[in-house]
Formats: sequence, C-alpha cells, structure tokens
Amino acid sequence: MAELHGESPLAARTETLADSSVPGALQLSEVAFTAQVALRVDPKSPAAERIGTAVGTMLPNQPGQVARTEQLQILWMGPDEWLLVGPEGSAERIQATLTEALGEEHGSVVDVSGNRTIVEVTGPKSRELLAKGCALDLHRRSFASDQCAQTLLARAGVVLLCRDTERPSFWIFVRASFARYLADWLADAAAEYRV
Amino acid sequence: MTGEYRLAEGGRINRDRPVRFRFDGHDYEGFDGDTLASALLSNGVHQVGTSIRYGRPRGIASAGPEEPNALVQIEEPFPEPMLTATTVELRDGLVASSLPGQGRLATEPDPARYDAINAHCDVLIVGAGPTGLAAALSAARSGARVIIADADTEFGGSLLGSGEALDHAPAGRWIDRVTAELRDTPDVTVLPHTTVFGRYDDNYLVAVEHRGEDAFTRQRTWHIRAREVVLATGSHERPLVFPGNDRPGTMLATSARTYVHRYGVLPGRRAVVFTTNDSAYAAAIDLHDAGVEIAAVVDVRPVATTLWTARCVERGIQILTSCAVTGTSGTDRVSGAQISPVPSADSAPTVPSELDCDLLLVSGGWNPAVHLHSQARGTVRYSEEIGALVPDSTPRGVRSVGAAAGSFTTGECLRTGSEAGRDAAREAGFGADTAEVPGAPSGPVTPPQPTWLLPGVPAESGDEQFVDLARDATVADVRKAVGAGMSSVEHIKRFTTIGTAHDQGKTSGLLSSGVIAELLGVEVAQVGATTFRPPYAPVAFAALAGRDRGDLYDPVRVTAMHDWHLTQDCPFENVGQWKRPWYYPQPGEDMDSAVLRECHAVRTGVGMQDVSTLGKIDVQGPDAAEFLDLVYTNKMSTLKVGRIRYGLMCHADGMVFDDGTVMRTGEHRYLISTTSGGAAGVLEWLEDWLQTEWPHLQVHLTSVTEHWATIALAGPRSREVLARVTSDIDLDNDAFPFMSWTDGTVAGKAARVCRISFSGELAFEINVPWWHGREVWEALYQAGSDQDITPYGTETMHVLRAEKGFPIVGQDTDGTVTPHDLGMSWAVSKKKDDFLGMRSFSRADTVRSDRKHLVGLLPPADSAVVPEGTQLVELAELPEPPVPMLGHITSSYRSAALDRPFALALVKSGRDRIGQTIYGHVGDRLVPVEITEPVFYDKEGNRRDG
Repeated sequence: MAELHGESPLAARTETLADSSVPGALQLSEVAFTAQVALRVDPKSPAAERIGTAVGTMLPNQPGQVARTEQLQILWMGPDEWLLVGPEGSAERIQATLTEALGEEHGSVVDVSGNRTIVEVTGPKSRELLAKGCALDLHRRSFASDQCAQTLLARAGVVLLCRDTERPSFWIFVRASFARYLADWLADAAAEYRV
Repeated sequence: MTGEYRLAEGGRINRDRPVRFRFDGHDYEGFDGDTLASALLSNGVHQVGTSIRYGRPRGIASAGPEEPNALVQIEEPFPEPMLTATTVELRDGLVASSLPGQGRLATEPDPARYDAINAHCDVLIVGAGPTGLAAALSAARSGARVIIADADTEFGGSLLGSGEALDHAPAGRWIDRVTAELRDTPDVTVLPHTTVFGRYDDNYLVAVEHRGEDAFTRQRTWHIRAREVVLATGSHERPLVFPGNDRPGTMLATSARTYVHRYGVLPGRRAVVFTTNDSAYAAAIDLHDAGVEIAAVVDVRPVATTLWTARCVERGIQILTSCAVTGTSGTDRVSGAQISPVPSADSAPTVPSELDCDLLLVSGGWNPAVHLHSQARGTVRYSEEIGALVPDSTPRGVRSVGAAAGSFTTGECLRTGSEAGRDAAREAGFGADTAEVPGAPSGPVTPPQPTWLLPGVPAESGDEQFVDLARDATVADVRKAVGAGMSSVEHIKRFTTIGTAHDQGKTSGLLSSGVIAELLGVEVAQVGATTFRPPYAPVAFAALAGRDRGDLYDPVRVTAMHDWHLTQDCPFENVGQWKRPWYYPQPGEDMDSAVLRECHAVRTGVGMQDVSTLGKIDVQGPDAAEFLDLVYTNKMSTLKVGRIRYGLMCHADGMVFDDGTVMRTGEHRYLISTTSGGAAGVLEWLEDWLQTEWPHLQVHLTSVTEHWATIALAGPRSREVLARVTSDIDLDNDAFPFMSWTDGTVAGKAARVCRISFSGELAFEINVPWWHGREVWEALYQAGSDQDITPYGTETMHVLRAEKGFPIVGQDTDGTVTPHDLGMSWAVSKKKDDFLGMRSFSRADTVRSDRKHLVGLLPPADSAVVPEGTQLVELAELPEPPVPMLGHITSSYRSAALDRPFALALVKSGRDRIGQTIYGHVGDRLVPVEITEPVFYDKEGNRRDG
C-alpha cells in the first residue's frame, strides 16, 4: 500500500505537536490515515447481528461504549450510529464486510476516512490539558478506557476516545478542516507545562 | 524602614521581604504579605480618596472584599481600574492611585495570560475558614473528589485575623495541618485566592483563580460542576448609620482586629468602639493589648456581657451602655466622636459628650454571606435573633453552614462544618464520617440589638448619615424615596442606587432594608432584601475571555490545498469559519486587475478553484428519493443514477435558504452539496425533519464534507487539461455529458469527477480524498501550465456566476426571497404533492405581483461599479422624503467578458420593468441603471459543453 496517501491534515503541524510535548508529562502526535467508516443500522435488526458476527464483536449498545477487535475499534456514536476505525488502507475492506452483512436491509455504510484525523494525547497531564477546553468529566471513574464521547474541545467538535486511564491516553478525532486550529489550541494550552 | 503604625512583631507578613510601592504620588514601604490597604495603614494613611457624589474624604473601612470606599486605580505594573485596596496584594513596584468614580482602562493590550479550565467534583466547598476547612476534611477523607476554594490569598478565613487559639495552640497550626492534609489527599483540589463568583443551574459554579502576577497564567476561570456544594462563605460585618459615619478612620471593628493580627498594623492610636453586639469587644481588647488606647466601648444595649465587661474592667476600658455615637468631628480624619445616651420614653434630651479619637470602630452586627445560596434559588428569611438574613429553604445539592448560616462562634462553625462535609459526601455516595475538630474557646453571648436608625438623631442630619458609602447614598435619599411613595426595596434600590456599586451592597444592602423598615414603620422581614446576582465580586473581562482571543478567537477552517494557496500570497475571504482564496494577485496587480485576468482566463482558457469548502452530505436509504423530493423544491426522485441536478431548499415559509447539487450515486443513495457556510445548518435542518416529522422515512444522513477535497476545473480548455491526467475517464461530451458524474483516476488517485459548471463554461469538479487534495491540485496545475492554467478565487467565481445570473444564497437572497422571486420557477416542481415551502407559495403575500424580483442592472458602460447595497429609486431627482425605495443592488462587478460594469438587484416588479431605467443612490449622486434580464453572458448556454 505504498504511497496510498498524500498529506495528512496535520502534516504541517507535526513540529508544533512535537514541540508541545513534555517528556514525562505530555505527548502529542497525529495518528494519520486511519480507515474510518460510518455505519448506520437499526441495532435490533438481524443486519446488526450479522454485522456483529462479520466484524467479530457485537456493536456496542451503550452510550459512549467502544468495542474492540484485533483490527477494529467500534465507537458508539448514537443509538443507531457507529464509527469503525481500522488500520491504514483497510477502509475498502471494512466497507465490503459491512455492506455484505447489511444485505438488503436498510442501513448506511460511508467511507469517512478523510473526514477526520486523530490527535493522540498521552501522559499524566493529558486530562488537565483536555479539561481546559472540554466540559466533560474525564476522571478515570467517569470516562474509562474504551469510552468515547462526541463533544466540544475548545471551539471544535470532536470525538474523544479514552484509550487508557492508568497511563492516560486519549484520541481526539477532529474534522480535517478544524485540525490545525485544534493543534494550535492544544499547543497553546500545553505551553505552561514547558515552563 | 517600615511604617510607624507597624507593630514590632506579629502578623502573617514576611518582615524579611520589604516591598516598595507608590500611592497617590508618595513612596511607601510595606511587607510581602501586606495588602495595599494594610501597607497604607502601616504608614498612617487612612484617606484613600474622595466620595463619588459629594467629594467627601473617605478612608479604608474594612479588611476584605466588602470594602465600600477604598477603590484604587492600579497604574503599574499594568493599568487596572476599580480594585479594592483591601484585596490588592502588595508587590514591588506597585503604583496605584485613589479613584473617585470611574477608573481607566489600559490603552495597550494586557500582556498577562488568562485561561480557563473545567473541573468536576463530588463536593465543592466554598470558603476555607474554620467551617470550610472542617467540611473539607470530612469530605476528603471519604475518598470523594473535593474542591475547596477561598477568595483570600491563604486559607483560614476569620481565624487569620482573630488571633484565636484552637486546642490551646495558635489557630495557624491547625490551618496549616489541615491544608497540608488536603493537598496530600488524591482527588482533592485546593484553590486559595479563588473567588467562586456565580452559581448556575445544576450546580455549575464559576470561579476565578488569582494565580499571581508572576505566574504563567495570571488568572484562571474555573468552570466547576459539583454534585454537592457546601457554602462556608462566612459573614460580613455591618456598619452603623449615624451622622458623619463616613469620616476616614471609621472602620469595621473586626477589620481593625484583622489588621492587628494578620498584618501587625495598628489602625490608630486612640479608638472609640461603637457596637450593637459582642464581637466588637474582642476587637477592643485585642487593640488595647496591641497598644491602642480605647477611649470607650459604646454599646447601644442596656447591659454588656459579663465576660467582656470583666475583661474591659481588667484593662481599664470604660463601657458606655445604652449609648450611641451620634456624630463625629475631624476634617480628613476622625478626631472625635459625640456620644449620647439612647433616649428612652422618660429620659430628657441630653447634650452629647465628645471623646477624642483617631479611630472609630463600628459593629452593627453580622450578615451571613448568602449570595451563592440565593443564586441557587435558596430563599432567605430575616432572623430577629441575629438581626440579619439567613438561609431558609435549602436548594437541592447546596447547603450553607457556619457563619454563612448564622453560626458565629468558632466552635459551632467547626462542628457544623465537619458535619456538613460528611453529609455532602454521603449525599454524593461516599461513606463519610465527621472529621475530629479542635476545641475552640467559647463563652456566653448577649444577643445583639439590631439597630438601623438611631433614635433621637434629628431627621435633618439625614444627608450626613450614609447608608451606602460606595454610592454616597444617605438616609435622606431613602427618606426621599419613601416620601415619593416607594415601599419596595427593589424600587428604592433603583431610585437611590444603594447596593449597585462594585461591592453590590455587601455592607449596605440589609442596612438599607432596615432603614426603609423604620421609615415605613414595618418589620425588616416585611421589607426583605434585593436579589443577589452573580458575580459575587467583580471579575475582569480578560478572565472571562480567557484564551478565546487573537488567532484562537474562533476556529479557522482550512482546506487540504491551503498551504499551496499560501505560497501564492493570496488574500483570503472569510466564508463562515473557512478561509477561501479571494484572488491570486500577480506582482503589481491590484484586486480589480487580478480578477479581470482570472475571469478572462476562465472564459477563454482554463482556470482552477479550490471548492472543497462546499458542504457534502451522503443520503442513503430506500426512502432517500422521497425524502429529497420533500426537502428540495424540485423533483429529485426522477434523477437517474449517474446524473446530477441543481436543487433549491426553502424553509416552510417558502423562502430560499440553501442551494446546491444533488448527485444520484445509487438506487437508494445520493450525495448532495450545500453552500460553504450553510453545511452544518442544512444537516441540522434535514435531521430535524427526519427525526421529528418524518421518522417513518428510512433515510440516513452522513456528513462527508471533509472526506473530499474538491477542485473546480473551468474553461474551454479544461477538458484538454483533465485529459492529460486521466486515462480511464472518457471525457467526450456524449460519454460524459453535462450534469453527470463518473468515478475514475485523476493524477493516479481515485477520484469522483462531475460535470458541473458555476461559470457557464465547460467545467469539471474533481473530488479526491482529503489527503490527496494538494497532490492532485498540483498535478492539474502542472498539467495546465502550458495553457496558462489560472487559479482563481471566490471573487472571480462570483463575477462569473453573476454574468450567468446564478444567485448566491445569502448574498442575492436574505431570507425574504422565494424561488419565484429569483426567476427560478423552473426549479419548483408543480407535480409534487408536497415539499417544504410549497404551501407558502399560495399565500397572498408570495403571489403578489409587486414582489421584488432578481434582475440584471446595467449602469452606463463607462461608469464605475455601483456599490453593492445601493438603494434604487424611481426618478433622476430625489423627491421630498420619504423616498419610495424600489429595491437594492445585491451583486455588482466589472465584467471582463462584457467590458463594462454590471449588477444583480432585487427590484420591485423587476421582471415587468425590463428595459426601464431607474436610479441608484450613490453618495450624493443618482446613477442611472437599466433593468435587464439577469443573464448577461451566453444566454443560450452554448459554452457549457466546450
């Protein structure tokens, strides 16, 4: 899959993110080019069950729940809406799997890989950094590993995913057009940790 | 060198760190740990300004945020208006001046950083005096997430200024131990110097933290969501109303005590203490022991408490019971107090005796700080017992405790605080117990005697009896209000302005209720108090703005090709939050010449534009066709797979609100486009109808705006250029006709190519995934280089579409324009049973013949462009006003193709007046313009196929 992708939305902010990282406190970087597929289907339908079998895990049915397989993270986005995130280059395969499992039933499968990029925030200061722009409670008891939420971070709409609570790590899914704004905001909010 | 009023030892100041500062042009010295007020007092400076209405000298009246008088303007390090000297931390190089009335804002930008943070907790404790600290201890030990905030620079509250002992040791030790334990407890956030200034619905509280002048962030706004709130906000001492009660040197008794204990400062040499309650005795004793001569304690009550009497006798302090201070003398500082017996029914009038003093301490009782309780919709009631408002009903999740609930002994505050912390933590689901609290000395208390107007004081002295020092409002003002027939405290507040100053009536609010009650002859409880509103204390706008300023004020949205545009030095146009290239000037070109060149290139050669900003929504489902038929004015169900149709959307009122193209990508699947600024609004609109009105329709919407980068390639040579970078798309007009789309490869990348034209020229729209946008853009630019391929911006796009009479929603429309007004009846289906807006097209108003129509306008060929927004009138000379307006110009440009200016306009009955000349009002001239069809160029549409 060489040269599959050109320029990621935050290619121009690679340095900004790296410079904002503080060893032992905070690590910021872009996770680019992941495959992202939006799925809409009635969770009670046989199709939803077929999809669960096809991808290897039932679609999560709790708000903000995230299911994982070896290859995929499946984010609950709404009562009949999920975002499937897979490794670079797997968007076609994911779509084919979902479309086949969906069969003739009503649902939708849309490639949205380019729609959002991901900023990974890791380190002990992660929660405090995000708290500067996110009104949700990110405490380990309230926002545990494999939980996600659609929310605002500063003035950008994001999907926030908690990857780990012990060694705090988050993925921020942000619209490609907002990504630079968000990177700049993160750099600004992280500035105090470099002092 | 230190001030002559500084004690040799004591206080919580750092005597190893002297601090030099300047006030009203004089240099002084204080210590680290001083406030501006304590440092001034240590230098014998009481007067800090003059009053706002009468210009009377005014002095420091308190030691905290309730200060009504000592407003100062900070000049250096950075100009800040209207701070209270009692809360300004002293620092080296501070320059301040007294402030009668308004302050001065800085003219230069504030270099300090202000930011914000969100926080969540199980228990928020507001106030870290004995009550709050005890509460925090109970709550923190339960494992609950606790935040404890206090406005003061250090924790301890009343203990800091009272010199009290706890468990027979200085209270400071207990404060330090508890604070240390709280800091060491996980999930406990300790916030000194943090004022919780507002409480909003669902226990959302906002606080501002003063992190220090040298901190990375000067002030931080905390947005706190708490499950339970403990209000341990303490109480404020109330002054007394008597003639001349505003003379500098007049101070709240307990504040004077604070100056002695906390700052090691004597606020005077010889004091008269005037009180209605026990608390001022402690001040008299402590001041006496520190070296102040107490001329007398003047108590309005007939009997003083035995304990305090004994202590006074021990020290030779005389107590005058059943007496009051009924006047003061002195010019810039009090020099004497007139004492009169409180007249009773059978007593004869007496001549007041005068006692010399340079300090007059007053205590009219204590007001629990019920501000946040009240903001939480908790009611208050007037307690006869303490002569103040106390919390009555308890709002859910909010409990007041300690002095804030009317408990004024340290022992009771500690005990009830500890219990409140336990109860709050339990309510939040934690198994909490009361933390043990230290023993505090206590003794019998004689009830206070709430006193508002002094009996026997003549009414004509009312204009010297101040109720609100900050507003210079007197008993005479209240009397005037009552005399005018007002009885509501809210009316009188507005008439007299009492309680409306920076301090929001912390000392004057209840005082005015008491005065009103006496003048009306009713109970204070009947008068009540005015509403407590946030903010509890003044907040700097900079703190509220936080980081939402400059580049971070609003998100800037950019496309995948943005950096390429930057290399061209093009100015950008703001479209919603997007940055779109406006035009691409070549060296020496201004905007007009650049746009003419770009227009010419598209009409004669080939141009390219970044149109990635257009909104894109994937529509899927068996009912997708039916759904689109309902939301567009024209019919989309008849569109064949592979084809594209232009569509208009109206709101239910029949007015155009967005437009775009609809591509049918499958039997049950469409991809629709929206305007750049309208994308989010359209998606919301469609979801709204799907979810609330038509839930039976099986349709899913997915926003894919940023999945795609989109390039418009336009001009007679566009096919030729595209052919060079694609091998698997048959670009022939028959194979790939106008308004169709196909998938293929462009510059080696998978692409969806459409034949859409917004210029009337042969044109292609190339969609590739975001991350290929710049690469494909550059490949096309390269491929067209020998054709002089010309990148063009939004301005050229606007000119080209206007030449074709294509309206821009939001520019040529304003929410009052129907498709028919636009001359686009062709886009309104007459065969559909229903669609949004349909019914409105038969309203009398929408079928009027004199509605404004979108038409073309031609000013004289050699004239300048007529500005957009120009009003249009009938005649070459203006008649007497009011002048009937025919409409206005919505779009106006110079056309390269026509070599003349032209415009689009909304004109009354415009289509019926084609060929007529009307006039545009430009400055003081009237410019003739001829009404034309809105299509100026290639009316037959011959150019779209190349």
